[in-house]
Amino acid sequence: MARILIQFAHPALEKSRVNRRLIAAVESLDFVTVNDLYEQYPDFDIDVHREQELLLAHEVVVLHHPFYWYSSPALIKQWEDLVLEHGWAYGRTGNALAGKQMLNAITTGGKQEAYQETGSNRYTIQQLLAPFEQTARLCKMQYLPPFVVHGSLRITDAEIDAAALRYRELLTLLATGQVTEYATLQTPVLTDLAN
Amino acid sequence: MSQSVLLQALVYLAAAVLFVPLAKRFGLGSVLGYLLAGMVIGPAVLGLVGEEGQDVMHVAEFGVVIMLFLVGLELEPALLWKLRTPILGLGGLQVVVTSLALAGLAMVAGIEWKPALALGLILAMSSTAIVLQTYKEQNQLGTPAGQGTFSVLLFQDIAVIPILAILPLLAMQPAAAGEAAAADHNLLASAPGWLRALALVLAVVSVVVLGKYGMRPIFRLVARSGLREVFIATALLLVGGVALLMELVGLSPALGAFVAGVVLATSEYKHEIESDIDPFKGLLLGLFFMSVGAAIDFGLIRENPLLIAGAVLAIMLVKTAVLLVLGQRFTGNRAQNVTLALGLSQIGEFAFVLLSFTNQNGILDQRITSIATAVVAISMALTPLVFLLNERVIQPRLGPPAAPEREADAIEEKNPVIIAGFGRYGNIVGRFLRANDIGTTVLDFDADRVETLRQLGLRVYYGDASRYDLLHAAGASQAKVIIIALDSSERALELVELVRRHFPHLRILVRAHDRPDAYGFIEAGLTDVYRETVDSSLRLGVDALRLLGVRAYHAQRAARTFLRHDELAMRELAAVHKDRKTYFSTARQRIQELEQLLHFDAANENLREVDEGWDNESLRQEAPPAPSAPTAPQTPVV
Repeated sequence: MARILIQFAHPALEKSRVNRRLIAAVESLDFVTVNDLYEQYPDFDIDVHREQELLLAHEVVVLHHPFYWYSSPALIKQWEDLVLEHGWAYGRTGNALAGKQMLNAITTGGKQEAYQETGSNRYTIQQLLAPFEQTARLCKMQYLPPFVVHGSLRITDAEIDAAALRYRELLTLLATGQVTEYATLQTPVLTDLAN
Repeated sequence: MSQSVLLQALVYLAAAVLFVPLAKRFGLGSVLGYLLAGMVIGPAVLGLVGEEGQDVMHVAEFGVVIMLFLVGLELEPALLWKLRTPILGLGGLQVVVTSLALAGLAMVAGIEWKPALALGLILAMSSTAIVLQTYKEQNQLGTPAGQGTFSVLLFQDIAVIPILAILPLLAMQPAAAGEAAAADHNLLASAPGWLRALALVLAVVSVVVLGKYGMRPIFRLVARSGLREVFIATALLLVGGVALLMELVGLSPALGAFVAGVVLATSEYKHEIESDIDPFKGLLLGLFFMSVGAAIDFGLIRENPLLIAGAVLAIMLVKTAVLLVLGQRFTGNRAQNVTLALGLSQIGEFAFVLLSFTNQNGILDQRITSIATAVVAISMALTPLVFLLNERVIQPRLGPPAAPEREADAIEEKNPVIIAGFGRYGNIVGRFLRANDIGTTVLDFDADRVETLRQLGLRVYYGDASRYDLLHAAGASQAKVIIIALDSSERALELVELVRRHFPHLRILVRAHDRPDAYGFIEAGLTDVYRETVDSSLRLGVDALRLLGVRAYHAQRAARTFLRHDELAMRELAAVHKDRKTYFSTARQRIQELEQLLHFDAANENLREVDEGWDNESLRQEAPPAPSAPTAPQTPVV
């Protein structure tokens, strides 16, 4: 069974409705490790060694965060900058992460329609996530389709529960190696429980 | 002559040195020790001091004066105003009702109404010296009983003035020799009433004005000279001067000193004055108690044992009964009320003064005066025993709430955080937590600080956090965290032990004054140890780096790296700090490592904390070689 590392980042978790429930739904899974970055490094003082050990100990890396400004909260970026070192994660001798899988688990305030070439955001989620996809590629990792919960500002409690359940199911698919099933479920239609 | 003074001083001092520690040892309190010492050296037993005892008592009364001055120092006018109801209500009622009751008793015993009333007024007084001293030693002044007692005593001290005015009206025969004797002390005894009143008002006003505007510059000047003994002399001069002034206008010198103390209570020299003259108060009071002991006329007692014993018993019972009835409304607690009533059941030292005054003025005859004097002395000597009886026998029987021997504030709130010590460190933590809506129960042992903090509107409880019952009352069994920020690390360690033993669920966060303190706490097994200077020193260091041109983010991270390693090194060194050799070699090594770490030494591969991700030499090396220098544009060769 593949082990899954959730790199979780939410700077104001106490105000979050959706992300808190998503995390609660999966943290009890025994193949999941939740690494709450804002809890761990409130001063952005990332322990590079600890983070690299965590990455080595897992096969799937989920970057779980709200989708802020078409990207992640700042601490995920800090984590990338410091942890994915040249010669370790990428470069001629950087093979530490080779063969592992990576994906984003994100919540967006806007609805799915907004993330269309014709929508107000003018790009699709996949297009906007390109930097993450390319980061994974550079680290010789396999980038999987993202898990997205749209419309988190208006979503109802029942919809959140459904999303949490789905998150749990998808992670179980990944842990049991059913990557194809996961991919088909995710593409081309992304989760959209808020319509 | 001078030799005999020296000899006398030696006798008194030796008796005190011998008896007071012994009395304390047996749990009897210092007052009883002094009284016993006095009886032993007095005419009754060894006869080392005799008639001079009276003179000594006169000098020693200055101890009472100093004591009231010190009491005044601790009472700021605002606090005094707060106590006005118990002072006037409880104190006033006690004097009036007790006087009438005792006068009635005297009339039943066959004394005429005028001397009976005089006796009642005299015997209604209680002993400020004994009671306040005892309460102070037991740290009970803050309790309801302590406050009530203080109010009554204060009112009695004030009441001495009108009583001195009333007593001559009760004279049975015209005053003879007395007039001259009284005039010794009171310049205005024969002056017309309006002049006396004017002098009285003038004297009090001048004490207040002098204290408020005059003494501060004088103390400042003297303090600046740096001569401590001159400072002490100034303080004694002030007390003595005020006492003399009051005596001259016919006021109680103790009351005058009290007013002077209150006026100086807000002065910045308060604590210095207090600690400087405190030893004098102790010694003089001791002398006073010894002279009381020595003055007990055992011959008279042997002749009238039943009469005197009966009188002592009856008077103390009446005084207790009156306060038992009156005090209930003021203390609101039966146990406290009993303490109050029994504590004030003796007759006070002012009675000696008043008795000699009445004798001189022909109000009371010699026989009544001598017997009354013996009764007063005996009742004073019994007081420490009454306190003991109350503490050991009566209070435990009153059942819950059993008043602890050192009553602390009652604490009504239960909070997740308890803070022990609210000084310069604890109060920042506390304010931070409160600003974040975290309930904190604050305990502090420094009464002054508690008072100041209360005036700032902060809820702070006075009490010794290292006592189980208080910690329990503070809600330690429900709280989650205790923050220890006591000034003394020994006390902090005691508290740690107590918490561990009785409230093991409490997470302990402790402030360490410095590194050795921190080692002590780490050795005691604590993990959350905070050296008080580290973080702010590093902040200063960061600012210094920035002023020297280092970029802010870099400076900030350097401080964090330093802190992390320093904490690790401290924990490591705590294990070896007693072995000096290992300690120093390990410490040297850690310091060296830390310096290296912060040197951003690219060659040091073990230290990865620094920006490898942001400035990677390896990336530079692996990068494809830059295209060879662009060929310079062809320029025609001329």
